[in-house]
Amino acid sequence: MTEPLLEITDLRVAFHARHGKVRAVDGVSLTVAPGECLGIVGESGSGKSVTFAAVMGLIRPPGRIEAGRIRFAGRDLVGLDAASYRQLRGRDIAMTLQDAQTSLNPALTVGTQIIEVLAAHGEGNARARAVEMMTMVGIPAAERRLGDYPHQFSGGMRQRMMVAIALSCRPKLLIADEPTTALDVTIQAQVLELIASIRAKLGMSVVLITHDLGVVADYCDRVAVMYAGQIVEAGRTADIIGSPRHPYTEGLLASVPDLHNLDRPIRPIEGQVPDLIDLPPGCRFLPRCPKARPDCAKPVPMRAVGEGRNVRCVLT
Amino acid sequence: MTALLRVENLVKHYAPGQGLLSRLLGQKPRMVQALNGVSLEIRAGETLGLIGESGCGKSTFGRAILRLHEPTSGSVRFGGTDVLALDPAALKAMRRRMQIIFQNPYASLNPRKTVAQILAQPLRLHGLASGAELQERVRAMLAHVGLRPSHAERYPHQFSGGQRQRIGIARALILNPEFVVCDEPVSALDVSIQAQIIELLARLKRELGLTYLFISHDIAVIGYVSDRVAVMYLGEIVETGPARAVLHAPQHPYTKALMSAVPGGGAEDRVRLLGDLPSPMDPPPGCRFHTRCGFATDLCRSTVPPQRALQGERMVACHHFPETPP
Ligand SMILES: Nc1ncnc2c1ncn2[C@@H]1O[C@H](COP(=O)(O)OP(=O)(O)OP(=O)(O)O)[C@@H](O)[C@H]1O
Ligand SMILES: Nc1ncnc2c1ncn2[C@@H]1O[C@H](COP(=O)(O)OP(=O)(O)O)[C@@H](O)[C@H]1O
Ligand code: SF4
Ligand code: SF4
Ligand SMILES: [Mg+2]
Ligand SMILES: [Mg+2]
Repeated sequence: MTEPLLEITDLRVAFHARHGKVRAVDGVSLTVAPGECLGIVGESGSGKSVTFAAVMGLIRPPGRIEAGRIRFAGRDLVGLDAASYRQLRGRDIAMTLQDAQTSLNPALTVGTQIIEVLAAHGEGNARARAVEMMTMVGIPAAERRLGDYPHQFSGGMRQRMMVAIALSCRPKLLIADEPTTALDVTIQAQVLELIASIRAKLGMSVVLITHDLGVVADYCDRVAVMYAGQIVEAGRTADIIGSPRHPYTEGLLASVPDLHNLDRPIRPIEGQVPDLIDLPPGCRFLPRCPKARPDCAKPVPMRAVGEGRNVRCVLT
Repeated sequence: MTALLRVENLVKHYAPGQGLLSRLLGQKPRMVQALNGVSLEIRAGETLGLIGESGCGKSTFGRAILRLHEPTSGSVRFGGTDVLALDPAALKAMRRRMQIIFQNPYASLNPRKTVAQILAQPLRLHGLASGAELQERVRAMLAHVGLRPSHAERYPHQFSGGQRQRIGIARALILNPEFVVCDEPVSALDVSIQAQIIELLARLKRELGLTYLFISHDIAVIGYVSDRVAVMYLGEIVETGPARAVLHAPQHPYTKALMSAVPGGGAEDRVRLLGDLPSPMDPPPGCRFHTRCGFATDLCRSTVPPQRALQGERMVACHHFPETPP
């Protein structure tokens, strides 16, 4: 097996709030191989963004990495000094944020923003490269549009601009946080295909954070399902979508309508996501699980079940 | 089947805020042509799904037929009544029968009122109930939408997104309407909660005999809830028909592109759309879709395509598709 590019081991991140400690990420372990696309799915608040903010060195007080290890290309990232992290971000790891509307600076032209990133990483002919990147992400007349401000772009163009900026330094790993959640399906398909084609061209690894299982099915090699700060099931996409083992994954798959199979009735998961403060020690899905048993109230470890597959449930 | 709502040639233009420069130059403001002659019929007891990209005019349509936004021209008939001709008093009475549920339940609920007050307000406004009867109707409605009696005294911020949407639904249904516009009612909710609300809306429709206009950009959701669908592009309807038929065998090039972009069907053989959505202030002439259509010809660029009726109660507005209309 090849050495993973990214390896997260037992990561714990908490935010100290007035009314207690929010355990946003509570014992997450995962790996991303070179060239691989890993999907991260889960409902909002399940800890997807915080996990990768930790990888990017972007957890700020009141948040804190309480435990765990993050190794990237053979280096330990937890505790890395700020200067080294700045170098790493953009050059080796890039992340597109969930909200492109707010992550582009409204007061600067898009040209200035992409050229800044390129120049900061010592790219000689930053302007020409900026035009090249913008053309690659499908922004027509890129040269002319360098002088435009973000509000002059449509939502889809802003999102593609984010991808252009993220990819401009040819990172080894792209973390795309809900790159298409706010977009129409037509634009969503454009952005995802763009990421997939660049991944194929540059051989980069991609982490695709989404709540859309259809997106995962189309673009990801492997997937990790998160619930309330933990991974509950991980493995090859086809295995997990074809035969989910964790009751939450089952519930998630059963609750979304499928255009290609409209006769399948949808079945909601009853109840709601738990509050991450003062969680009981047992399985976090217990209050909503139709298969719960008494021993689910004790801590439930992640177990390996077959090739590259892990499930956190007493039934497996 | 009888049409509960018949919309003909509905036009809605918005006047955008005019820039200083164009005012100084005395230029006429350019209008946003949000709806450009929409004709649709919604039958009693059905769910009509309305799909299309962001900004194409779906919400404008839902609001214009309720006169929450005054249409520019056209006609809206609800059960035989000419809605656009109603005076304010008659319109208020008509609103009892036509209601709307919004996408963002939080923004549409008054944060300073308890749930009981929010639900009582429409009944009071219409003078439909007071005292003990009013309390009873509020209690019954809460139970109907799956909330507990103890929830009545709480404020909107004390609820989850899904529960707030239940309150929004209760508020729309407490007047016993016949017709409800559901404008993206599940889009702001988490996937596992979406299914709860979809089920609730389906159950209420059965129990109360409702008719829905269901607006969503999520095509799988539309496929699941709708009897018929209408596809909108830049303020015009390009295709209508029975939901399964349109979604599984789309005929209009735009509908085809939309369907093939839905995730979960594999990333291969997508029908790609060229470029971005044109501005509704400056829509293309001829077929409005021609700037993004891979099949456009000179005819498409100059002439508005006719609405052609196909077998199986379908309609497609395109010069070239289907190639051999039945
Ligand atoms: N009050 C308004 N003033 C000016 N323009 C408006 C107004 N409301 C809507 N528009 C414009 O009308 C067009 C249609 O908007 P509408 O809100 O109906 O779209 P939609 O299909 O519901 O989109 P979405 O899927 O994003 O909700 C858009 O170009 C929009 O910018
Ligand atoms: N800056 C912050 N301060 C306090 N709590 C936070 C902060 N960022 C995230 N959280 C909490 O951490 C949990 C996980 O959040 P997040 O990773 O953003 O979820 P998602 O899976 O939707 O990306 C949530 O309970 C969220 O409220
Ligand atoms: S551990 Fe128990 S409660 Fe948790 S998912 Fe498995 S069966 Fe359900
Ligand atoms: S009328 Fe022409 S441009 Fe319009 S959808 Fe049909 S083929 Fe395409
Ligand atoms: Mg997030
Ligand atoms: Mg809308």
